[in-house]
Amino acid sequence: MSENANWPLWEVFISSKAGMSHKHAGSLRAADAKMAIENARDVYTRRSEGTSIWVVKTNEVFASDPNDADAFFDPANTKAYRHPTFYVIPDGVKNM
Amino acid sequence: MNQNLYKYLIRLGDDSLIIGHRLSEWCGHGPILEEDIALTNFALDFIGQAQSILEYAGKVEGAGRDADDLAYLRYEHDFRNALLVEQPNGDFALTMMRQFLFDAFRKPLFEALTKSSDEQVAAIAEKSLKETKYHLKHSSEWIIRLGDGTEESHKRTQDALDTLWRYTDELFYEDETDKALEAAGIIPSISKIKEEWEKTVNNVLTEATLTLPTNGWSYGKGRAGLHSENLGYILAEMQYLQRAYPGAKW
Repeated sequence: MSENANWPLWEVFISSKAGMSHKHAGSLRAADAKMAIENARDVYTRRSEGTSIWVVKTNEVFASDPNDADAFFDPANTKAYRHPTFYVIPDGVKNM
Repeated sequence: MNQNLYKYLIRLGDDSLIIGHRLSEWCGHGPILEEDIALTNFALDFIGQAQSILEYAGKVEGAGRDADDLAYLRYEHDFRNALLVEQPNGDFALTMMRQFLFDAFRKPLFEALTKSSDEQVAAIAEKSLKETKYHLKHSSEWIIRLGDGTEESHKRTQDALDTLWRYTDELFYEDETDKALEAAGIIPSISKIKEEWEKTVNNVLTEATLTLPTNGWSYGKGRAGLHSENLGYILAEMQYLQRAYPGAKW
């Protein structure tokens, strides 16, 4: 299986409906972007999960450092006023 | 009953059933996990097509047989698939070449059948066409990758083409059944389908840097029920359960 390791890893994002955001679905291996999209179609949308696919090379994704989590995320904890929960959402608004 | 329509549906349905079974043999053996899933998806697409086509064939026949009876209880000589689809999987290049040569035939065929004067045939073609377009895209891209790939992949793909080429003529087999159905507007003229097939095959094989075999020798009497020894093995596996436990359900 060593030759498979030469194929880059890709992250797959699927949008379930037109206009909805693309959500991370998983990862796969493919020789190039075209093959990655087709593989994503076969691996992640076979039960009608999607209407649109994005793929991005895993090594092009930059992540925050878990060691910095305290400084990054904790300051947001005590700021309840930032949550938009003080409004009543009209009945007509969907997808919120 | 319309004997000609029944015969034609059996040919169409058996092609789908047998190539679907061949692809299902890849399940768990694909070259990579992603392709394994793709091949299994295609197998299911083809078996789904066979189910609706044979179900309709049973209705047209009017003898009370359903799709399962036709798939599991007919003998080898009653099958009317082309020899191309029963050829063994071989290596991945051979499977993809068999798939490509077949998909390139099925796409223009289903496109034309969507305009069939028989509503049920048109509806089946409409549904199958979407799947077929994707199958053709997938198999074409693999042929181009493999043909225009490494020295070894090129050689294996060329060998596959040389092995399978003799079975392609049979896809365009035409007899009085086809002519009667064509006159009734139920099926298209096979010569038009052949033209489109040749165009697709030429384009893809050229891009894949492969050479069209010049050997004009062709073989195939599958439409008359004369098969290679391969079909017997396929049916033995496919029909075993219904033969051993008639009427078994789960």
